[in-house]
Amino acid sequence: MTAKTLYDKLWDAHLVEQFDDGSALIYIDRHIAHEVTTPQAFEGLKLAGRKLWRVAATVAVSDHNVPTRDVHNITDPVAKLQLETLARNCREHRITHFDIGDVRQGIVHVTGPEQGWSLPGMTIVCGDSHTATNGALGALAFGIGTSEVEHVMATQTLVLRKAKNMLIDVDGVLPRGVSAKDLILAIIGRIGTAGATGHTMEYAGSTIRALSIEERMTICNMSIEAGGRAGMVAVDDKTIAYVDGRPGAPKGGLWARAVDYWKTLVSDPAATFDTVVRFDAATIEPQVSWGTSPEMVLPVSGRVPDPAREVDDVKRTGMQNALKYMDLKPGTALTDIAIDKVFIGSCTNSRIEDLRAAADVVRGKRLARNIRLALVVPGSGLVKQQAEREGLDRVFLEAGFEWREPGCSMCLGMNPDQLAPGERCASTSNRNFEGRQGHGGRTHLVSPAMAAAAGIAGHFVDVREVN
Amino acid sequence: MDAFRKLTGLVAPIDRPNVDTDAIIPKQFLKSIKRAGFGPNLFDEWRYLDKGEPDKPNAGRPLNPDFVLNQPRYQGAQILLARDNFGCGSSREHAPWAIHDFGFRAVIAPSFADIFYGNSAKNGLLLVTLPAAIVERLFADCARTEGYALTIDLETQTVTEPDGTCHAFDYSAGLKHRMLNGLDDIGITLQHADRIRAYEARRRDITPWLFADA
Ligand code: SF4
Repeated sequence: MTAKTLYDKLWDAHLVEQFDDGSALIYIDRHIAHEVTTPQAFEGLKLAGRKLWRVAATVAVSDHNVPTRDVHNITDPVAKLQLETLARNCREHRITHFDIGDVRQGIVHVTGPEQGWSLPGMTIVCGDSHTATNGALGALAFGIGTSEVEHVMATQTLVLRKAKNMLIDVDGVLPRGVSAKDLILAIIGRIGTAGATGHTMEYAGSTIRALSIEERMTICNMSIEAGGRAGMVAVDDKTIAYVDGRPGAPKGGLWARAVDYWKTLVSDPAATFDTVVRFDAATIEPQVSWGTSPEMVLPVSGRVPDPAREVDDVKRTGMQNALKYMDLKPGTALTDIAIDKVFIGSCTNSRIEDLRAAADVVRGKRLARNIRLALVVPGSGLVKQQAEREGLDRVFLEAGFEWREPGCSMCLGMNPDQLAPGERCASTSNRNFEGRQGHGGRTHLVSPAMAAAAGIAGHFVDVREVN
Repeated sequence: MDAFRKLTGLVAPIDRPNVDTDAIIPKQFLKSIKRAGFGPNLFDEWRYLDKGEPDKPNAGRPLNPDFVLNQPRYQGAQILLARDNFGCGSSREHAPWAIHDFGFRAVIAPSFADIFYGNSAKNGLLLVTLPAAIVERLFADCARTEGYALTIDLETQTVTEPDGTCHAFDYSAGLKHRMLNGLDDIGITLQHADRIRAYEARRRDITPWLFADA
């Protein structure tokens, strides 16, 4: 038998039919819906007189439009209608839906693993590009468009072409103060935002093995920022311990059978990858993005790069545009960049470990006077509860941060949490595109600890020198 | 998706080249949560004298009497006669949704934009490409003759004029199969429904916990 990668195994296990033209019909175990990308899909089903192929395979949660304060008072009528439409569609089709006010509600990619909606070995889709987050559990998870959402709901399958295999192999021990977020930013900084285009990424090596499942989610989450539609980590004991006891985990005798199966979800030692990139964890520093693309990122000890030194014309223009938008001068030390706002949240960094890491930096200190707003937005109602049990809310509130209700919040400007034009934000989210956090807003991507430290200092600092 | 076999329908002419998808359905309507109901806003900026908004009722809005689709003689038209490069611009699938929702089943033009062509085929809107000289004549005849109707037969791939003159058109075999049988991508996948069920039966033995619901 030929050696297979984890991706090969997941692909083969879900192959319904291989077509002559190279495409294949792939079975989808789990579809997670949210309010933004599903209304037309439901409408399409209705117009065609179709039903869901397997109702229980689809689950839903509201997140993008949800306000993080006064959650039941949605002032934007378009947002409100979208949320109501999801609720109505779920009622009509008898789909499980966590709506506003439900303690289990949260960001779709936080809620999925938390509830055990996502399990190892599954194919998981959602109309959102950060669905790859779920790959941390040893699953094949990726974002899809609205017509594909409809296709999955009606047929429980997708017509796909197999991607190439890419191995991101990280070895060694991450230095103190360097997090999973810094690691994935450093990976994107090295391979670029198109580095994994056409590939499914597997993160492996001793560094990845040492990460918690939450940290692996942070890594897999940003696969799309590296150009990969899916990113995954092989199953190990941590994966199984994470899933154990979740509402959606297999029960009774099925648990032992599932565990036996999940343990096979690793790349065979002899498996070959089309592309392999290796990293030495010991060399990685805390990262800060300086531009308008996630690959425009540097170690915190660095300085804003000089476009004049870039030989590639296209890259140079891109850098010039980015510096103009970000209002930064070449040669400025990253630690000299002052910020206006702090955002700790998003599907990249809003799980309990992220909040703990940020709270550790903040404890007993106060926000700098130039900080206009510092938000902490837990990824789900359950994360919020857990954090409150640990007293993290008080740590943040005493330091001057706001403690909000779960949702996508300031990760993108779809709800009331936004940057004003020209405002500069230390953000734990995943995209620093122009206007992403609000029209004219300037985003610097960082880890939760680095965001917290920047809030305390008023500018970026090396979190390793803070505590 | 609606099947298309043969249709004899009233023709409405839209006499300008490069009609783009923003003209077909302006961007403010893309905020909608629906894919039906765009018909009343088809060609919104040409059709009405005021600016349309997604939450604004269209009944009672001032109509542009000069716009072709507002003229009494074209009410109930099912075939749109158009010029070169129809459907250019943004890739919005809302454009064929709007044309179809208005009541058109086919568009005849000398050429169409690529993405619009693909989107239309996915949504049961038949696009017929005919040589520019013939389209020119159809425009003239249509203007001259009230109640001007054409017959489009997809099976034989022909357009027949009222006097019996017949024009053949090209259409890809794959798309033709979908159109004749009203199959969209989902419809085609559902032709493999037995295979999907067989897969589920197989997987139920290997990973039963994934099917605990059924
Ligand atoms: S938190 Fe941000 S990236 Fe994640 S799902 Fe919400 S909007 Fe998308």
